[in-house]
Amino acid sequence: MVSNLIKNKISTLLKVQYSTMMEYRVEIALWAISGIIPFFMLNIWTNNNLNESINISNIMLSRYFLCAFFVRQFSVVWVVFSFEEDSLLGKVSPYLIQPLNPFFRYFAQHLAEQITRFPFALVIAFFFFIFNPESIWIPNLGSLFLGIISTFLSFLIQFLIQSIIACLCFWTEKASSIERLLFIPTLFLSGLLAPVVSFPEYVKSWIYLTPFPYLIDFPANLLSGNPINVIGGFIMQILWIILFFPLFRKIWTTGTKKYTAMGS
Amino acid sequence: MVQNIIDVRNLSKSFDISSKEQGLKGTIKHFFRRQTKSLKVIKDISFEIKEGEIVGFLGANGAGKTTILKMLCGLIYPSEGSILVSGYLPFRRKENFLKNITLIMGQKQQLIWDLPPIESFYLNASIYDLDKFEAKKRIKKLSEMLEIDEELFIPVRKLSLGQRMKSELLAALIHEPNILFLDEPTLGLDINAQRNLRKFLQKYNKETNATICLTSHYMKDITSLCKRVICVHDGTISYDGKLDLLLKKLSPVKEILIVCRSVEDAIKLENSGFTVKNKIKNEITIIVENNSTTSSLKTILNNFDIEDLYINEPPIDEIIGKILIKKDYGI
Repeated sequence: MVSNLIKNKISTLLKVQYSTMMEYRVEIALWAISGIIPFFMLNIWTNNNLNESINISNIMLSRYFLCAFFVRQFSVVWVVFSFEEDSLLGKVSPYLIQPLNPFFRYFAQHLAEQITRFPFALVIAFFFFIFNPESIWIPNLGSLFLGIISTFLSFLIQFLIQSIIACLCFWTEKASSIERLLFIPTLFLSGLLAPVVSFPEYVKSWIYLTPFPYLIDFPANLLSGNPINVIGGFIMQILWIILFFPLFRKIWTTGTKKYTAMGS
Repeated sequence: MVQNIIDVRNLSKSFDISSKEQGLKGTIKHFFRRQTKSLKVIKDISFEIKEGEIVGFLGANGAGKTTILKMLCGLIYPSEGSILVSGYLPFRRKENFLKNITLIMGQKQQLIWDLPPIESFYLNASIYDLDKFEAKKRIKKLSEMLEIDEELFIPVRKLSLGQRMKSELLAALIHEPNILFLDEPTLGLDINAQRNLRKFLQKYNKETNATICLTSHYMKDITSLCKRVICVHDGTISYDGKLDLLLKKLSPVKEILIVCRSVEDAIKLENSGFTVKNKIKNEITIIVENNSTTSSLKTILNNFDIEDLYINEPPIDEIIGKILIKKDYGI
């Protein structure tokens, strides 16, 4: 009975958010296209033979960047911007007096957007293979499964980080500017511009202690079949989630006491 | 004996407000050194509301009505004092408390803009743990009460304000709350839509014995729905009691418009000792005390040649206007 109600809540939330996303399919297609930065990076790497310095073949490198593209497509998060806008305009108020944390709505919104994005990402991958036929491969089921799980965990980490920053809206109205501070390290250290393996050893040892390489690099390497410490990577992803979740809960509880229901 | 469902004791709320001087100098000063001050918007108020009551909160813009409602429904945290609503501390936002209340803000919407309202209804139903069968039953019942049908399947962005407001009400009432907080629910609606909404609220209150706390700047909302009003003035309660009593107290006079047969009769009447409000040709408006209306009329009919006369109560808006600016009504 209870599980049925929870199932009903989650499935209805997802269905409604999916219907909303379908109203914005052109926008979502454009967002998917705007995520092709890994392909530009691939071009820079292969044209300058940079891959030789890290002993990765052209084919493996192109598979890595394709997977990085996919991981990015399914882990991109914008909750801080949505929450900031809703908070400033007073749209959060009706959600706060419902027996469901508003972040569930944003979470469902992101999942629904990912589902809507999927066919567009496939079309982009199709064109990628047309221009890079040598990169075509069928990943084995095991690495595909693990890759999907680590991509979802990457999404969870990013969602939690942004949700924590979003809660800062209760203290400062423009919390998204704090998120922009995180954008630079995310861009450079996550593996979006270059595989983390290409960084100098002493830098790498530090990077692996941060959450950044587990956002793109780890899942992309898993999916593309590059050698990687699978268990270590998953442990780090789960550890970051375990660390961020109570932090989010704490900051949410404290922050809602500061809520002034602006604009409403 | 009817129980108190809302109990407020010594409630206060302060907000930190930053201020900025005008001009470039002010902007630069504001950038480097922000000046904030604590503004007490609700000051030590206490009141109780009984189950099934409809209470109107009256006050000028910024008086603190909406802040009180927001604290009662648990949206904002009180700075001092205590609130008990249906036995719960609102700000803790316990699931059972939230399932018991609803807040409708005339200027804010919770419906999903791009989808038909029916999608928001089912979403809300699932949030409040209603199964599909129950949700369908309630949507049917409420849509009949609100007289909406086809609108349920049209995207919200294409609905008129009145249709949208009805849908908002349906979305907010699908879980059948027994306490309704309504912040200017008729804002922007045309006269017919306002009347329909009021009729619906009366019916809902009668059928479910729900308690309704209402703020509105449309006096018709207050006079047709609320027997009791709480007047808020600068964060304090300046009157809490029956609306009738307040109106009588604030309006102890009537206006009589007298149409005389000639201008000479009007001049004679003007000089006969009555308080004259205005005079245009042979028409003269006088003001008399409520308790001397009959005797004044007798005097006028016996001593002057009258063609016609009309007795008017002062417009309700005018009386309520006094409430908004007065702190003490002498009651």
